[in-house]
Amino acid sequence: MKLVGFLLLLAGWWIVLAAIALLGFGAARAGFILAGVGVEALGLVLVVRSHQNLRGERE
Amino acid sequence: MPTPVPLSETATALVTALILLVPLAGAGLALINAGLGRSRSAAHAMMASLCIMAVAALAYFVCGFAWQGFAGGPGHAFAVQGKEWNWIAGERLFFRGLDLTSSRASLTALLGMLSVSVAALIPLGSGADRWRLGAACASTAVFAGLTFPLFAHWVWGGGWLASLGANYGLGRGFVDAGGSSSIQAVGGLTALSIAWILGPRRGKYTLEGVPTAIPGHNSVLVLFACLLTLMGWMGLNSAGAILFTGAETGRVALIAINTTLAATSAALAAALITRRRFGKPDASLTANGWVGGLASSSAAGAFVAPAAAVVIGLVAGVLVTLGVELFESRLGVDDPGGAISVHGVCGIWGVMAVGLFAPLPAGMLNGVAATSGADSRQWLAQLAGVAALLGFVLPLSYTLNWLLNRVYPQRVAVEGERQGMDLYELGAGAYPEFLTHTDEFTQR
Repeated sequence: MKLVGFLLLLAGWWIVLAAIALLGFGAARAGFILAGVGVEALGLVLVVRSHQNLRGERE
Repeated sequence: MPTPVPLSETATALVTALILLVPLAGAGLALINAGLGRSRSAAHAMMASLCIMAVAALAYFVCGFAWQGFAGGPGHAFAVQGKEWNWIAGERLFFRGLDLTSSRASLTALLGMLSVSVAALIPLGSGADRWRLGAACASTAVFAGLTFPLFAHWVWGGGWLASLGANYGLGRGFVDAGGSSSIQAVGGLTALSIAWILGPRRGKYTLEGVPTAIPGHNSVLVLFACLLTLMGWMGLNSAGAILFTGAETGRVALIAINTTLAATSAALAAALITRRRFGKPDASLTANGWVGGLASSSAAGAFVAPAAAVVIGLVAGVLVTLGVELFESRLGVDDPGGAISVHGVCGIWGVMAVGLFAPLPAGMLNGVAATSGADSRQWLAQLAGVAALLGFVLPLSYTLNWLLNRVYPQRVAVEGERQGMDLYELGAGAYPEFLTHTDEFTQR
């Protein structure tokens, strides 16, 4: 789950980069940048959850 | 990215004087980290701070500046649809070839060397009481030699983030005058990586996962350190604004006012919230609020009106108090110094505040002149910076420290935690004439 989370963080960033590089002015670019940050947020949640599980196993 | 205008003699003298205040920020953070940790690890915390600052400065000298560079200097870039993406500087190692006689480049190198020393202290706050001295130094070398310079180049060295306005019409490009992102958020996200890799201190959580309070051992140190950090941040924010955004020297008073207002309003917000929630104001959270206000003031402090600085500070104070509780109670992250909330969360808030509040100056900024539509898209440029922090800096920092942990374990042995870091790693305590306390806080 941790690896997937970090991959989502990277993927979200790449979506943002792609939106900047490939899309022109307008709502589409802003939408894709927001979507990229949303994917990053999802990745962050997964990484956090994986560390919570890890702590549970340690205890 | 065009070459910035050379600094006048007056500006050079002023920036030099301002940069010389920056070590006070490091002194403040070191004292805060020591005061918020246990008494049996206090000497270790100060020793680690000194070693970390030393390693950071040396690593930055060896290769950090070569990869950070300065706006208008050499860099490595690739092209996408005819637009340049400058991703790393092309300076020479060991400051070779750099004009070190009052040039903009030499002042950038000096400010960078002191800034990376301050930023490298941030993860020590989250790793307190359990991070081995040698491992902290090794982690710092990686941080100051790679992570910090790379992101600092993108923001301050004419990199792709700063060029988003000139190349893609995203406002005036990513703007961060004093380092809310490159110093605070990069340090805060590295602190999160360290806290995850080290795991919580022994006895921090019960078997049911409920956090126990391990209060800092010296709130006097912590609160005094807040005053030191204020002076350091005034230098950091002012020097950064003049060097990296071309702010005129007359703005220094405004920057100092905004820095002070953000810190004070954040501290008061934290004090009021904790008083409301716990019946009495909490000294450590109030101090954290103060530093959180400073961290959030860095990016926009040179541009916003004082009233906006108050709002930025108030939000930072709320974020710190809620963030510390969220990380400790809900997410199971043991962060004794509150570094993740103070520097990571508030740093990111400071970055976004540029897009929300700052009427950017009328002149050129990041190679873009003020136009009517530019500022309305500024928040997108700032959001792209936040995306880079979360999508690049956090995974990079975690991976590098995870690899380091595989070859050189970062957490001290169980015996070290029981004895305290002072006795275990240094052989002597900070307060030899005092009684020390056990894990259960009963006197021996």
